[in-house]
Amino acid sequence: MKRNQKILLSGNEAVAKSAIDAGCRFYAGYPITPQNELIGYMAKNMASSGGIFIQSESELSAISMVFGASASGVRAMTSSSSPGISLMQEEISYIAGAELPAVIVNIMRAGPGLGNIWPAQSDYFQAVKGGGQGDYHCIALAPSSVQEAYDLTLEAFVLADKYRIPAIILGDAMLGQMMEPLVANGKNYKPLAISHKPKEWAATGCFGRKPNVVKSFYLNLGDLEKFNLKLQKKYKNIKQKEQRCEALNINDARIILVAYGTMARLAKEAMLSLREKGIKAGLIRPISLWPFPQKIFQRLAISAKRLVFLVIEMSYGQMLEDVKLAVNGRRRVEFLGRSGGGIPTEEEIIKSSLSLLSS
Amino acid sequence: MKKIFGRTRSLRGVDTHYCQGCGHGVVHRLIAEVIDELNIREITIGVTPVGCAVVAYDYWDFDCVESAHGRGLAVATAIKRLQPDKIVFTYQGDGDLAAIGTAETIHAANRGENLTVVFINNTVYGMTGGQMAPTTLIGQKTATSPLGRNEKTEGYPLRISELLAQLQGVYSVERSSTDSVQGILKTKNAIKAAFKNQMENKGFSLVEVLSACPTYWVLSPVESLDWIKNTMSKVFPPGRIK
Amino acid sequence: MIERIVIAGFGGQGIMFLGKLIAWAAMRENKFVSFLPAYGAEVRGGTSHCAIVISDKEIASPAFDEIDTLIAMNSPSVLKFIPKLKNGSKLFINASMVNNTPKIKGVKVRLLKFTDIASGLGNARTANMVALGAYLASKKLLSLKNILKLLPEAFKNNKKLQVLNEQAIKAGMNLIK
Repeated sequence: MKRNQKILLSGNEAVAKSAIDAGCRFYAGYPITPQNELIGYMAKNMASSGGIFIQSESELSAISMVFGASASGVRAMTSSSSPGISLMQEEISYIAGAELPAVIVNIMRAGPGLGNIWPAQSDYFQAVKGGGQGDYHCIALAPSSVQEAYDLTLEAFVLADKYRIPAIILGDAMLGQMMEPLVANGKNYKPLAISHKPKEWAATGCFGRKPNVVKSFYLNLGDLEKFNLKLQKKYKNIKQKEQRCEALNINDARIILVAYGTMARLAKEAMLSLREKGIKAGLIRPISLWPFPQKIFQRLAISAKRLVFLVIEMSYGQMLEDVKLAVNGRRRVEFLGRSGGGIPTEEEIIKSSLSLLSS
Repeated sequence: MKKIFGRTRSLRGVDTHYCQGCGHGVVHRLIAEVIDELNIREITIGVTPVGCAVVAYDYWDFDCVESAHGRGLAVATAIKRLQPDKIVFTYQGDGDLAAIGTAETIHAANRGENLTVVFINNTVYGMTGGQMAPTTLIGQKTATSPLGRNEKTEGYPLRISELLAQLQGVYSVERSSTDSVQGILKTKNAIKAAFKNQMENKGFSLVEVLSACPTYWVLSPVESLDWIKNTMSKVFPPGRIK
Repeated sequence: MIERIVIAGFGGQGIMFLGKLIAWAAMRENKFVSFLPAYGAEVRGGTSHCAIVISDKEIASPAFDEIDTLIAMNSPSVLKFIPKLKNGSKLFINASMVNNTPKIKGVKVRLLKFTDIASGLGNARTANMVALGAYLASKKLLSLKNILKLLPEAFKNNKKLQVLNEQAIKAGMNLIK
C-alpha cells in the first residue's frame, strides 16, 4: 500500500488495524455489540501478522489471557463494550499492580445494566478513577474520529510500554460503528520502535538469569505501601508529562465548550455556529482523560475573566467533575448531558450556550 | 559421607509458611524434583494461585506468574501460546480450579491447551479459614457448613477430574494421593508424566492430588493421612481417569 | 456542500455494499465522508439501512435526522424514512418492490424498477447498482469514472461480476433523463 493512501475503515477496525501495526501480537476477546468488528478484524488478521488470536469463554478470561501475554513480554490487547469491561475490572487492577503494559479498548454503550447498544460516555468514571480495587490508574485516551482511533491506539501501546501501565482506548458505539477515511501510517511511527524494548522483567524462563516473578501480591506489611508510593510517583510523572487536549478559539472566548470523543465533533460544530453568530465561543477537547488536561483549565480559570465553561457529555456529568476540580471554583462550570442512547444535539448545545451567556 | 537426600535445585533454601502436615510443601517439592529430573528449570514458567499457595513463587526457583483467583488456566493459555517452547504449568486449589475458575478450567481443557495442571484437592478453603469447597464431602463440617455439607442445599462434592476426562481436548487426567510414601511416589510419577506429556506436545494433562489440611480438618497430621486414605479416597478414588 | 444519504432495504439487497461503495468513491474524490451502518438489533428481522454523509468540510456527526437523499429498496423502508425527508430532498423508490406511490410535498420522488431492470440484465442482485446509477445521474455528486475504478477491488478482481455491475450502473444512469 502506498504511503498516505486513504482507506475506509470503521472505528472498530481502525483500532484493530492500529494494534497490529503497533506490534500487538496477542489479542483475546469475547463478542459484544457494538465492538464486534474489532474482534472480527483480529480473528481475520492476527494469525497472518504472526500473532495469536483467542476467542475466550468470557471477558474475565480475555483480560486474564492479556495478563499472561503481557507477562510473557508481548504487546497485548483486549476489547469489549461497557458490561464486558466491568467484568474485567479485577484483572485490570492486577495488571496495574503487576506493572504490566496492556491496551484495553472500551467501545461504550449505554447503561446501567444491560442498557442498550447505542452510543454513550457513561463509563468515564470507571476508566479514569480506577474501576477496580486499589489505588491505581489507567491511562485513558479518547479518540473522536476513525483516524484518531488509529493514531491513539498506536500511542496507547507506546505509553503502556513506556510506563508499564494499562492504557484504555475509550470510544463509543458511534465511533466503533462509523466508517471514515483513514491514513494508516503506524509502521512509520518512530516512538513505537523506541518503546518496544525487550522486557527484562518478563516471565520467559530463567535461562542465564535469576528467576522473574510477575505479581501484585505483597505478603509483608510495609512492602505494599512502599510499592504504592512508587506507583503514585509514576502517576504523578504521567500527570506532568502526558496531558493531551485539542483547544480551539479559546483565547478570546467568553464560553468554552468542553467535550470528548464523538461528542466533541458536535460541540465543535456548535462552537463554529456560535462564532458565526458573533459569539466568542471556544472548545476544549480532552484527548487524554487520564491524565486529565488540568493545566489548560487552570490557566484559563486564572487568566480569562468573564469566562464560562459548558461541559457536554453523553452521560449525566462525569467528566464534569474533573473540569470542576481543575477550575477549582474560579469560574462557572455548567453542564449539558444526555445518556441512554440520546446525544445532545447541535441545536441543544447552541441553545444552552446562549441561555448561559444571557443569564 | 555420601549425601543421600538434599534440597533439589528448583526449591529455594527458605522455610515455607505452611502448617504442620500440610500437603502443599510435599507437592511443591515433587514438582521441583520433576522439573530438575527433566532438566527444564530454565524453560519452566509456573502460574501460581490465590489461596494458601499464593507465594509458591517464593519457594520455587524458576520464573512464575501470579494469577487472579480462578484465572490460572487463562493466564497459562496465553503464556504457552506465545512461548510454545517453554514448559508452563498451573498450580491450583479446589476453590480456584473447581469453583471460581470452573469456566477457565473447562475451556482451557476443551481447547486442548498443551499445559500441565497440578490440582490440589484438600476439600476446604485453607487461606480464608476453612470454608466449604466444591470438593467438601457430604457431612463434612467447615466454617460455612457448620452442620456438615448437606447435598440438598450445598450439592455434592464436585468430581471435576472425572468431568474434565469427558472432554475431547483433554489428553490425560490422573488422581493420586499423598497419604503414604507409596502415594507420594505415585504422585510424583503422575506429575512427571504430566510434564512429559507437555514436552511431547500431547496436550492438556491434569493431576489431581489429594492433600491434607490438618488445621481445618481439625485432625493431627497422622490422622489427616488416615482420613485421606479411609474417607476422602472413597469419594475421590486415586488412579488414572483418562 | 453537505449530502446526507440513507439507503434502506431487505438484507441481501446489497444495502451495505452500496453505501460503502458510495462512501469509498467520495473518499477517493477527497471529500469528507462518513458511513454509519445500522447495527445490533436494528438489523434483525430482515431489514437493514445505512447512513452516509458527504461534505466538503469536516463532518460533525455521522448520524442525522434530516435526509437529503433516500434510496428505498422496499416498502418498509419507504414508510420508515419518509418522515425524515427534508424539503428539497430526493427519494428513489424501487418500484419493483413498492406498489403505492407516495406524494410528498417538497420531495422529488422517482419510481424506478431497479430489481426488474437488474433481472433483465441477468441478476436481480445488482438492483443496488441500478439504484446507484440512477443516483449518480440524478445527483451528479460523484463521477461514474471513479466508481468504475473501484469495482475491481470491490469484486476482488472477479471480471464477470465487475462487468455485470458496471452494466447495472449504466442501466441505472440511463433511467434518468
